[in-house]
Amino acid sequence: MTFSFVEGATSDLSFEARGATLEALFAAAAEALLAATVADPGAVEARERVPLALAEPDLELLLLRFLNELVFLRDARGLLLRAGPLRVEPGAEARLAGELVGERIDRARHQLEADVKAVTAHGLRVERAGAGWRAAVTLDV
Amino acid sequence: MSRGFEGYGCGMAHPRALERIGECVYELAPGLRPGMRVPVRVFGSEALVAALDDQVFVQAANVATLPGIVEASLCMPDAHWGYGFPIGGVAAFDPASGVISPGGIGFDINCGMRLVRTDLVWDDVRPRLAELIDALAAQVPAGTGREGFVRLSKREFDAVLREGAGWAVRSGYGTPGDLAYTEAGGCFAGADPACVSARAIERGQHQLGTLGSGNHYLEVQVLRPEAVFDAELARAFGLDRPGQVVVMFHCGSRGFGHQVATDYLHRFLRAMPAKFGLPVIDRELACAPIDSTEGREYHAAMCCAANMSFANRQVILHRVREVFARVFGRDAAALGIRTVYDVAHNTAKFERHRVGGQERTLLVHRKGATRAFPPGHPELPEAYRATGQPVVIGGSMETGSYLLAGVATGAASFFSTAHGSGRTMSRHAARKRTSGRELLKQMEARGVLVRAASLSGLAEEAGYAYKDVDAVAEASERAGLSRRVAHLLPVANVKG
Repeated sequence: MTFSFVEGATSDLSFEARGATLEALFAAAAEALLAATVADPGAVEARERVPLALAEPDLELLLLRFLNELVFLRDARGLLLRAGPLRVEPGAEARLAGELVGERIDRARHQLEADVKAVTAHGLRVERAGAGWRAAVTLDV
Repeated sequence: MSRGFEGYGCGMAHPRALERIGECVYELAPGLRPGMRVPVRVFGSEALVAALDDQVFVQAANVATLPGIVEASLCMPDAHWGYGFPIGGVAAFDPASGVISPGGIGFDINCGMRLVRTDLVWDDVRPRLAELIDALAAQVPAGTGREGFVRLSKREFDAVLREGAGWAVRSGYGTPGDLAYTEAGGCFAGADPACVSARAIERGQHQLGTLGSGNHYLEVQVLRPEAVFDAELARAFGLDRPGQVVVMFHCGSRGFGHQVATDYLHRFLRAMPAKFGLPVIDRELACAPIDSTEGREYHAAMCCAANMSFANRQVILHRVREVFARVFGRDAAALGIRTVYDVAHNTAKFERHRVGGQERTLLVHRKGATRAFPPGHPELPEAYRATGQPVVIGGSMETGSYLLAGVATGAASFFSTAHGSGRTMSRHAARKRTSGRELLKQMEARGVLVRAASLSGLAEEAGYAYKDVDAVAEASERAGLSRRVAHLLPVANVKG
């Protein structure tokens, strides 16, 4: 499970994520979003759990929805979250079920970085890469 | 001038010529990309157009393929590439055969500018500038996750969504005069909170009165006598003394508008192939027929977000008045504080325009583009009926901003003009060039006090990351979209 930020367009932040499985890929993408949001993602502790169940017409839209859920939970409820146990199933209706884990923003411990306003569909890709998976994502900040 | 386009895999044949059809107008003919229904028309000087990212043309050509588009897919002089539409993109659609697209409005629905005049001059403010900007930074929260001072129940928030700035004035956060000097009176008709998700409401309910982050800001600016282009228009707009101090702010509908856009993007992407048989050429160009349940509901939700944004800027003005009254020891009315104009630059609106000699109702999308109604337009307040609508163009914190006015020749762009200077450098690249701390020092050395919610965010907003706002304002005038009234220079900035 890895991610790296790449040079994107002028008004945003883009990253690539990789994972051996779809679950690892989604977890890597969530980790990238968290790394864009706080200076030290390692300081985000697993104090709260948020269950999640999503369905979209394909894997790319499912990843988009998943990441936008994380944006919503941070902006509306002040939660910094990463992927907990997930199950991702491709298909005519791609599905995700599982949990997000993390904690409320504590400005004494969490130095906030980019205010990600939305995850965009611009250049969004989820594709096979060798034995695993790769995704390209652009954040509107 | 001609330009080639290669290698975008979007089916555009090449080489493709951009023909100059006016002093500051260029055209990409239909047929150069499969499915284009109308030409792409770009307004700008030769230098600005030559510097445009090729993706601007690809995106504008994509917009030209949308059903029901009227006349042309337009780009303003500050265009740069965005999501779906380019930023600086304008497109009008026939209400019966056309579409509505969140990508033609932007995630930050009704992101906009408000310019506020005062009777104060630089000599009055200079000795108290640090106190003033510290108080403004304290009273107008900026940055990630900040909430405002207005605490609303769900029911009260619904009233904000229906009434916009009118709710704020009714609740004691402003004067009726503020509404007269706000686009559409600070309220888009057609808002229906029932079309907004509970999640959008949860996200936005406590964000009223906050600036947000990114390129949003609140500035104290000075009108230097040498920076006035048209003294008569400036006077009519309330800019009537040398060294006059004004306040300008740039913000939008915060997380609420973003959630509305995200919700409907997902909904439209499902419905486009399945229900409407519309091809998805770029997911960010997701759309629905205006005359469909999805299209009508998005319009009603988008109007809610536009109204939340008008209310947000109205509440911020209330805080500005409180701060000035406290710092200068006189009430805001005695200080001559009033709205010059509040204008949106991320919206879609039903408007009447003449096309081919006939007046028609069209849904005009303006994404990073400012409405600029000409003198005599019936929607302008009495005080501006003879002058044309004030247009506020925000520049970077280093280069200053512009006040312009709508003109009759703006009919060529559905009375739209530029909205800002437009980024030319990625946030990442801007950060690598200068640190926020260094930029803060440089600004202070030049006499501009900056209070930033985030130092790294500050570095992203350096002047070199943007187009030259002077060139954008000049090109807007030469292209006949609006005329320059005054250049306003910052002396203090609260940065989101």
